[in-house]
Amino acid sequence: MQSIINRIENNQFWKFHGGIHPPEQKFLTTNKPIRSLHLPEMLIIPIQQHIGVAGDICVNIGDQVLKGEALTAPSSPMAVPVHAPTSGTIEKIALQVIAHPSGLSELCIFLKPDHKDTWRERNICADYKTLARNEIVHKIAEAGISGMGGAGFPTHIKVDSKPNIDFLIINAAECEPYITADDLLMREHSATIVQGVNILKHLLIPRMVLIGIEDNKPDAIASLKKATESYNDIHICVLPTKYPTGGEKQLIRALTGKEITSGSLPIHQGIVMQNVATCFAIAEAVIHDTPLIKRVVTVSGQGLEKPQNIWAAIGTPVKDLVALSKSLQAADKKAIIMGGPMMGFTLPSDHVPIVKTTNCVLVPSEKELALENKEVECIRCGQCADVCPSRLLPQEMQWSAKAKDHAKLKELNLFDCIDCGACAFVCPSHIPLVQYYRVAKAEIRQQELLDLKAEKAKARFEARKARLEREKKERIEKQRKASEARRAAMEEKSGEGSTAKSAVAAALARVKAKKAQGKDVIEDPREAAPEKDTQKSQVAAAIARAKAKKAKAQQNEPVSPEENSVHPDEQVEAEKKSTDAGKSAKVAAAIAKAKAKKANSTKRDVETSETNKADDSKKSAKVSAAVAKAKAKKLQKEIGAEEQQPTPIPEVDKKANVAAAVAKAKAKKQQKEVGDDEQQPSSKPEVDKKAKVAAAVAKAKAKKTARNVTQVAVEKESMVEELQSEETTIETTTEIIVEPDDKKQRIANAIAKAKAKKQQAQPIADMASSNEEELPKEDNKAVAKKARIAAAVAKAKAKKQQESN
Amino acid sequence: MTTLIAILVLGLIAAAFGALLGFASVKFKVEGDPLVEQLDALLPQTQCGQCGYPGCKPYAEAVANGESINKCAPGGEDTIKKIADLMGVEPEPLDATHEQDNRPKVAFIIEEDCIGCTKCIAACPVDAIIGAGKQMHTIIADECTGCDLCVAPCPVDCIEMRPIEQTTKNWQWDLNSIPVVELD
Amino acid sequence: MTEYLLLLIGTVLVNNFVLVQFLGLCPFMGVSSKTETAIGMSFATTFVMTLASMLSYLVNTYILAPLGLEYLMTMAFILVIAVVVQFTEMVVHKTSANLYRLLGIFLPLITTNCAVLGVALLNIYEQHNFFESIVYGFGAAAGFSLVLIMFSAMREKLADADVPGPFKGSAIAMITAGLMSLAFMGFTGLVKL
Repeated sequence: MQSIINRIENNQFWKFHGGIHPPEQKFLTTNKPIRSLHLPEMLIIPIQQHIGVAGDICVNIGDQVLKGEALTAPSSPMAVPVHAPTSGTIEKIALQVIAHPSGLSELCIFLKPDHKDTWRERNICADYKTLARNEIVHKIAEAGISGMGGAGFPTHIKVDSKPNIDFLIINAAECEPYITADDLLMREHSATIVQGVNILKHLLIPRMVLIGIEDNKPDAIASLKKATESYNDIHICVLPTKYPTGGEKQLIRALTGKEITSGSLPIHQGIVMQNVATCFAIAEAVIHDTPLIKRVVTVSGQGLEKPQNIWAAIGTPVKDLVALSKSLQAADKKAIIMGGPMMGFTLPSDHVPIVKTTNCVLVPSEKELALENKEVECIRCGQCADVCPSRLLPQEMQWSAKAKDHAKLKELNLFDCIDCGACAFVCPSHIPLVQYYRVAKAEIRQQELLDLKAEKAKARFEARKARLEREKKERIEKQRKASEARRAAMEEKSGEGSTAKSAVAAALARVKAKKAQGKDVIEDPREAAPEKDTQKSQVAAAIARAKAKKAKAQQNEPVSPEENSVHPDEQVEAEKKSTDAGKSAKVAAAIAKAKAKKANSTKRDVETSETNKADDSKKSAKVSAAVAKAKAKKLQKEIGAEEQQPTPIPEVDKKANVAAAVAKAKAKKQQKEVGDDEQQPSSKPEVDKKAKVAAAVAKAKAKKTARNVTQVAVEKESMVEELQSEETTIETTTEIIVEPDDKKQRIANAIAKAKAKKQQAQPIADMASSNEEELPKEDNKAVAKKARIAAAVAKAKAKKQQESN
Repeated sequence: MTTLIAILVLGLIAAAFGALLGFASVKFKVEGDPLVEQLDALLPQTQCGQCGYPGCKPYAEAVANGESINKCAPGGEDTIKKIADLMGVEPEPLDATHEQDNRPKVAFIIEEDCIGCTKCIAACPVDAIIGAGKQMHTIIADECTGCDLCVAPCPVDCIEMRPIEQTTKNWQWDLNSIPVVELD
Repeated sequence: MTEYLLLLIGTVLVNNFVLVQFLGLCPFMGVSSKTETAIGMSFATTFVMTLASMLSYLVNTYILAPLGLEYLMTMAFILVIAVVVQFTEMVVHKTSANLYRLLGIFLPLITTNCAVLGVALLNIYEQHNFFESIVYGFGAAAGFSLVLIMFSAMREKLADADVPGPFKGSAIAMITAGLMSLAFMGFTGLVKL
């Protein structure tokens, strides 16, 4: 350490590897003073001008802003604000081509100056030493200062670093051949720069401050020396002119002999580097409360009549600066380069605004631009490796870059390339080496992002798979519990001996199980949302399924007309025997199940109709009612003439009522939604009677439910006509129903609803097993028989209705 | 006789070696296949199923078992090349049955058309869609892998795949920027 | 001792299996596109060749020769080699999954590698004793490894290099191999046995 300091004090510096001596072109602008600020017609201020993230825009279109007012507010530590360079009106906030080699657009704020240049209120701080450290850092952040040498790293992060800083290095090398912006700034504002350096010194407390400057700027050296006369710890280090001395790692190497190894930062070695223009901006910000709203830009090149340095407001279009310097070339032939000739890029348009990192606008003549040299094969001369300041192997990298061998490129430390362009400059084959590296770097970065994304996607996919697996298990578990509950309930009741009671109990248990399941389902948030909200659409789905089922039934159902006609005697017999209500309730349940089961096997082409229909619960309930009716009609048509016996047998009627009640109890939950907002009272005696029967069967609990349901049913039927106009798909079938208030119709309706409900409530796979669980005493044959009987009853009733019409 | 001896001797040798190999195969039995993991790491993890397998891992397993390597449409030529390198086979062109356009895309829900049916949510392999029944859904663009599995289930066709827009952040240099110039 | 050393050097450099005797050209061209793979292949081949030359010597001396069945030599040796290769594959699979992946399909290819059979047969023709057989097998494998790794390193550079169109791919690899062979001819006369 001491030896380093000794060497520095003796002005003995180090050498960095490689480097070139491009022809000096600084004379074009170096002997003219900086031209004062010129305001264009419109300032275009990109909201992001640095590395990191953009702030949030805090002005609106049409706002009047004052000079120095912040236009964006930083939302994260890596964001710095941008400020209004002058007072004026926000004209628009829009996408605009920005200073980027891609020529892509980014969000910019368009400010129309009012030419009054009214400042916002400023707090001039005469003595920064009275301020706390974090206050100074805050001021720097507020002023929107980011590195002005090129990269644009937010300065407040760099100066707010940990202690034990050995060297604060001020980069005044300015090694690009044309640029003189820093040179002129140092000559004209050396005092302010030194103030800035002192502020940095105050913040970082370094052991030594080194100002690295190339020996081709004698005037700047002289004025800096004069300004730093009174400070012992600030050393002006004059280095031989060599490109790229201004590179961070190269300057550190040249001044301190320290090598910043691949992947590490200067701060790790106790070194902080700041550009000289940044120092000026810091002094302005801390002492004069002036945010970064203007900077010196070298407008140079032999394509200009008056190349010069200009104080340009941030956001000034390049076109205005070129116009000030009087371009010699026709507008269409102009190639404008932003940045120096070595590292700059051709601008896509001259409307591009100046940003905080813009130090040069180059308008070369055709002679300077030279003919585009055709790239020829590499002759392995190795000059590129000789001049590479990062000691890389440009030739090897070039081959790997061409072959897109990313692994090899990383091995060759491509990311230590600083894009200085020295290799391309010396290449006798005119290979644009830097361009290849830039492409490769961008590709590798992109690939890394993709890999990261793939990893994330994989994790999410795995997580989802695990979740689905878990949910499936939970569902199965719930079903198992529900069926156990059912069985337990049934066994308990069956102890009492009455078949009627057990059947009712079974029905009740099912209702309970259904509710329990419903609750369980809601507990699972992901499952709940679709379940709950699509319930209505599921009703519609059930309709469609019922329709499909009907179609199928016509073709290959066991309960075919023939079969029906074979069994009428049996049917009557069965009906006579089964005088107790419970048995017929079981039958009804069996019907519902059997039908649901059949429907399950039909294809579910419901999606399309679903979305059209599922508008609101009312409508879908109506639809289901209508369809049920339509189906009843259809069935009645099927049996037609074969049905001979007188249908309105009192027992049958009663039984059907009971069945309806049970089914309705099951359907209750679904319909409740409908029922709640339909308050039309039902006073018809039939309904009352039926409700009483239902109450007897379903006990006190089921009574209320049944009434609700019947009310709903009445309501629904009264709306069928309205529905006809709404639902064109089932229009034709609903038309046939003339007596909407018919009792039997309601029954059929209720059965159909029960069926739909059942289907909805019960997972398909469970259907068969749950049938058996619920009705363990009956073998399948008996179930089938009873189902047939019930179906026949329903059909008969429907027919009766038809006849009465 | 000599022939018999010859057959016997060779048979014995073969039997001895066979026994040795049999022993080795038991002794040095290897569980799992590290190749699958490596293949899986090369795949883009879009989980799109365009290869005909339900996810990237199953396809990796299939490739390890001899499935052709050119079925990953989102990965494109790059992925095929990498798999070919890993498997030590020649790269093949992408399976012609797939779309050639494998630019990175991201799903986009046309929000005014969304009816909130949640079908796309169920279809998304990486849970990149948020929304609830009857509520408008939207895509978390950062998480979307562009697999377009959500496009088909949408009953109102309100999901479309949009190519990822180029910004200054993901722009890749092209070679015709500034020509490097020799001065004088 | 000197004898063994001379035999080793003679096999590695002077009578290099690949570049002088032109044995084992298949993996030489096939497994040389990546240095990583080439190194793996070298290890496997070295192991197999050494073991195979030893075993084939034993089989020949103690089983075939006493029974006068030398005419079955080739068959018996192929059996030996196949077993050694399979055994190696299993061991490698178990111990080093990465090496196993690197070798991939090339490991079974060693079975039909003429260099391995060649070393076994040459041991008999040259009437090497047991230890000479081992040294000869190892030397042959070492020579093979040397040129394979060198060649793959060159090919890796060639892959990215701007080779003139007509010479791209295998053509330039053949030319390189030819030049290497010429260079190895320079070792002729180095060792006088």
